[in-house]
Amino acid sequence: MSAATAPPPPPPKTPSKSWTVKVREKGVEALPPERLLPDGQPTYVASWIYVFGVASIASLIVIIGSGTILALKGPAWWHETGVGHFFNSIHLWSVELFFFVMVVHLWGKYWMAAWRGGRGRVWVTGAITFLVAVPCALTGYVSQQNFDAQWISTQAKDAMNSVGAGAFFNLTNFGQMYSYHILLLPIAVVALVSIHVLLVRRNGVVPPFELEDKLAAVPAARPSPNGAPPSGAPPTGTVSHPSTGGQSVSHPSAGGQS
Amino acid sequence: MSLLGPKDKTSPWKGSYAPYDLVKELCIAVGVVTLLAVLLTVLLSSPDDKPSTIAQWSHELPADFATTAAMELDEKSGTAEYGPPYNHSSGSVQHFLFLHPQRWLGVSHPINTADDYVVKPLETIPNDPALRIALAEYKSAPATQKKEWAEAYATPLEEYAAAVEEKKTLPSTVSVDTSTGTVTVKTSGAGPVPTMMASLQSLAQSGGLEGGLVSSSQFFQTDYTKPLLFMADGGLLDERAEGQHLLGEQWGLMNETGSYPGQPWLWLYALWYQVEPMKNSPNADIQVLLIMGVLSLAFISIPFIPVINRIPRWIPIYKLIWREHYRRA
Repeated sequence: MSAATAPPPPPPKTPSKSWTVKVREKGVEALPPERLLPDGQPTYVASWIYVFGVASIASLIVIIGSGTILALKGPAWWHETGVGHFFNSIHLWSVELFFFVMVVHLWGKYWMAAWRGGRGRVWVTGAITFLVAVPCALTGYVSQQNFDAQWISTQAKDAMNSVGAGAFFNLTNFGQMYSYHILLLPIAVVALVSIHVLLVRRNGVVPPFELEDKLAAVPAARPSPNGAPPSGAPPTGTVSHPSTGGQSVSHPSAGGQS
Repeated sequence: MSLLGPKDKTSPWKGSYAPYDLVKELCIAVGVVTLLAVLLTVLLSSPDDKPSTIAQWSHELPADFATTAAMELDEKSGTAEYGPPYNHSSGSVQHFLFLHPQRWLGVSHPINTADDYVVKPLETIPNDPALRIALAEYKSAPATQKKEWAEAYATPLEEYAAAVEEKKTLPSTVSVDTSTGTVTVKTSGAGPVPTMMASLQSLAQSGGLEGGLVSSSQFFQTDYTKPLLFMADGGLLDERAEGQHLLGEQWGLMNETGSYPGQPWLWLYALWYQVEPMKNSPNADIQVLLIMGVLSLAFISIPFIPVINRIPRWIPIYKLIWREHYRRA
């Protein structure tokens, strides 16, 4: 046996023609795992107002959970059993909580001007989510199969009809409204919330006003074109911060966390 | 550009970071919201008032039922004169300037009130020779004759309903026995209509009219457009809604039965109906929806609207939100 020969050099990397690889590479480029699920946040992210964003998602999860149970048992179940009525009540109150925390979240983001720094799409997706959630709730109210459903559907039909929407969005058609309520509109809300959250993770949390102005006025503090941190900036990967007594916290590249 | 578009354009954050457990925070939030929802459920439950039925309506308000049914036959009811998407009338067709979107998609849910609410349900009643003869006479008559008969029967009932509403002396042409739920109209020239309407009242009181109005020829039925519009033409739903503070001039869509919160997020939508010119406009719905459409577009576009997007900088509520940050700085 002769001595082991050196392995052949790896072939030069050529752009893959695989659609799967392209989607994966684009996805990882847009949202590396450490930015998608960060374990550190800038210290200015310290206010109760931030709770209302995650509370909106939490309410949506409870809505979908209770709604799934109601859907599994069928639309008549909650009228006939105490357990069904219990889950319907959970569904109702989680919807009320959802809208309450979402409105506080929206107002909070308005007063933070959270669209700054190229975050316009974050605001747009959040606002559209609110607007799509409104008919999602309305279709629930008219699917109740009780007096409220009778009253709301016969009153609200005129508005739908006046703009021609009644032809395909007939509030007095229980079957159609139930489909909108448990499938079509929830899919739209969940898709919008998903895009909204991914955009937030992509762009990071908007910084305070003066900080943004200060940083903008100091070009030297910007990263070099090759992405290396400026002189004096903490090294990418770990940061020492006073709030944890100097404990090192790993964090995604600073560029996505401003 | 990547899948999610351009990255953040602001300067990178070079300051300190605090530990942050995203997944833990979400789990705690779900737990807290669940607890809150359970607490509200235990304390307040949720409303579930039984739906009104046509049988109940014809028993409790026999004169109102008879009047509504007569107007359906006479094609003078709210539904009969509505227009698209139910028929080709124009009573409730709204427009804004030259825009008539209500007409654009045509009659998608056709309703012929005389046929669907009176004639067809009566045809389902078996073993009633007098009704068979009356129906045959009605169906074979020319349209003008049908109209004369229907009007001769409906007019005294309309006068009766107006007298009840205005609390005036009731006309002697209509007598109502509330114990049996029967309505008798003393009129000449109504042809077979009194026989037909007496049978319809009996059918309704027996509960047989509910199923006959569900608009589908299939065994499985989910479209309640016809019975709901029929009931909405009458007064029972309004009477119950008023008692529950659900009318537009009361709490409207913001409320549910039993004073439960309804859809308070629609407060701005509901508000426009209380403001002139919408308050008294026959085109209020389209006007309000157009206003809300423009406002919704503005809401979505706030980041790009001059002045509006600068207000948060001028009114420093952000100093309260980031007070910890500014205190440290």
